[in-house]
Amino acid sequence: MPNIVVLIELTHTGHVPASARGLLAVAARLGTPVAVTVSAGALDPVTIAVLGGLGAARIHAAQTEAAHTVLGTPMVDALADAVAAHAPSAVLAAASVDGREAAGRLAVRTGGGVLADVVDASLADGRIVTEHSVFGGSYTVHATVPDVLPIITVRSGAVDDQAPAATPEVTTVQLAPATGSQTTIDSYADAPENLSRPELRGAATVVSGGRGLGSEENFVLVEQLADALGAAVGASRAAVDAGFISQTAQVGQTGVSVSPQLYVALGISGAIQHRAGMQTAKTIVAINQDEDAPIFEIADLGIVGDVFTVVPQVIELLKNRS
Amino acid sequence: MKIVVLIKQVPDTAEERRLEPDTGRLDRDANEPVIDEITERALELALTVKDKDKSTEVVVLTMGPSEASKAIRKALSMGADSGIHVLDDALSGADLTITSAALAAALRNTDADLVIAGNESTDGRAGIVPAMIAEHLGYPLLGSLLSADITHGMVTGERQTEAGTQNVRAPFPAVLTVTEGFDEARFPNFKGIMGAKRKPVATLSASELGVGSTPRSSVLDLAERPARAAGRKIVDGGAAAAELVDFLTAQRLI
Repeated sequence: MPNIVVLIELTHTGHVPASARGLLAVAARLGTPVAVTVSAGALDPVTIAVLGGLGAARIHAAQTEAAHTVLGTPMVDALADAVAAHAPSAVLAAASVDGREAAGRLAVRTGGGVLADVVDASLADGRIVTEHSVFGGSYTVHATVPDVLPIITVRSGAVDDQAPAATPEVTTVQLAPATGSQTTIDSYADAPENLSRPELRGAATVVSGGRGLGSEENFVLVEQLADALGAAVGASRAAVDAGFISQTAQVGQTGVSVSPQLYVALGISGAIQHRAGMQTAKTIVAINQDEDAPIFEIADLGIVGDVFTVVPQVIELLKNRS
Repeated sequence: MKIVVLIKQVPDTAEERRLEPDTGRLDRDANEPVIDEITERALELALTVKDKDKSTEVVVLTMGPSEASKAIRKALSMGADSGIHVLDDALSGADLTITSAALAAALRNTDADLVIAGNESTDGRAGIVPAMIAEHLGYPLLGSLLSADITHGMVTGERQTEAGTQNVRAPFPAVLTVTEGFDEARFPNFKGIMGAKRKPVATLSASELGVGSTPRSSVLDLAERPARAAGRKIVDGGAAAAELVDFLTAQRLI
């Protein structure tokens, strides 16, 4: 089986990111998963165990003092080193801020080809074929890199299976200090982990609020329904622009693309840019006062009504049910 | 200081966007092309630097068909000093590899102190081309910034990642990309529109740039997803909440 190199973006606190599970699952379908990590010191045995549990057959553990003080380059160096050492048939990285930059830079260094933001990848006739969901899910496109190393970024939350666990064989390598001009990381501010609510990307249920909520205070209603349904919280761009919630919650063309089992849109009119980020949801429910809101054109169940009347009743009924 | 801003002409996200069924390429006739808003924000950042220091030169660079010259003209009317248009039929259907190689080659001769781009385009959404350009040029990359402070040969900024934020800095020359955290672009005024006509725009071909035009990646097939049909719509007369909970129960969603 050919090796598949997988970039695992360990955080500066040593955490394995949520994207690792899906990346290793795809890698296991295509070959033997080789996890590439970058750390300042020796790799924590807990990290090795976690990556093994997620299917890493090998770990290419790169060490450099610059792991968390120089932006990006240590990851690119580690990947290039792993490509030379393991002669993989593909490289996978998350389509995250760091992952895609590392993927692009690696492609230039290795002369590889890039397949970006894929939602799935498989082997067909001995070649790796990627699936892309284009223009907000309006098209499904299959692509391949025929002649050179395919470097693939995988959309977070798009893959939800898990590879069989393995006991990883760990190779530790020391990276040479980066040469040339670099970007320095001076400090980190980690977002507080919200353990009580799922992450927006990959959540099975998403409750989103729009301008119809009217204010930041009223937006709590969205969070209350999300908590009653065990859902992640999203928002339309109008709600973000109005300051009801931070941009990281934005669902749509210029925000996060989600494909949950259930998407509940509260006070969202359904501009085409918003629909592009959620129309691949399995079931869509919309509540909006405006009966002509375009969101109703794609909702499986549309309620023309006041969110401030209907939603508290729904929360109450859900409570009684449990 | 010299700043080159990468702008991209894309189909308007407010309209339906289409692919050509045979090639998988963008159907350019289906939709009115506009400058991608995120690259307008990149231009706005450059123009803000110029507002403070009039000696700053702002150049816009794009690759695209002849139609893309309209995007350059608009950028010039907003306040950019000159434009560079990578224009060659041989580059039609270019992938990330060709696009980044061509743009990097065009940048190599500009002596830019700073290259500013959007973090990801609304059409391809790869978010990769600026990183590839940085690697081609050997420049440090400050990707997905929420804010930027550009002074004295140095960029500092706050960067959004999955785990939180980071404060980063790099010396010139550097590539930085902006997110939606940056200001929307200014509108061109009458003086700007009139002045834009006299500003220079250079055109470069693939052979002048010394880049090939054979893509590394190829589209195998594409399928249009069927449009979603509207489901049941009810007007709340007091029972809608109960109907919703019943619906979710029946669909096994709760």
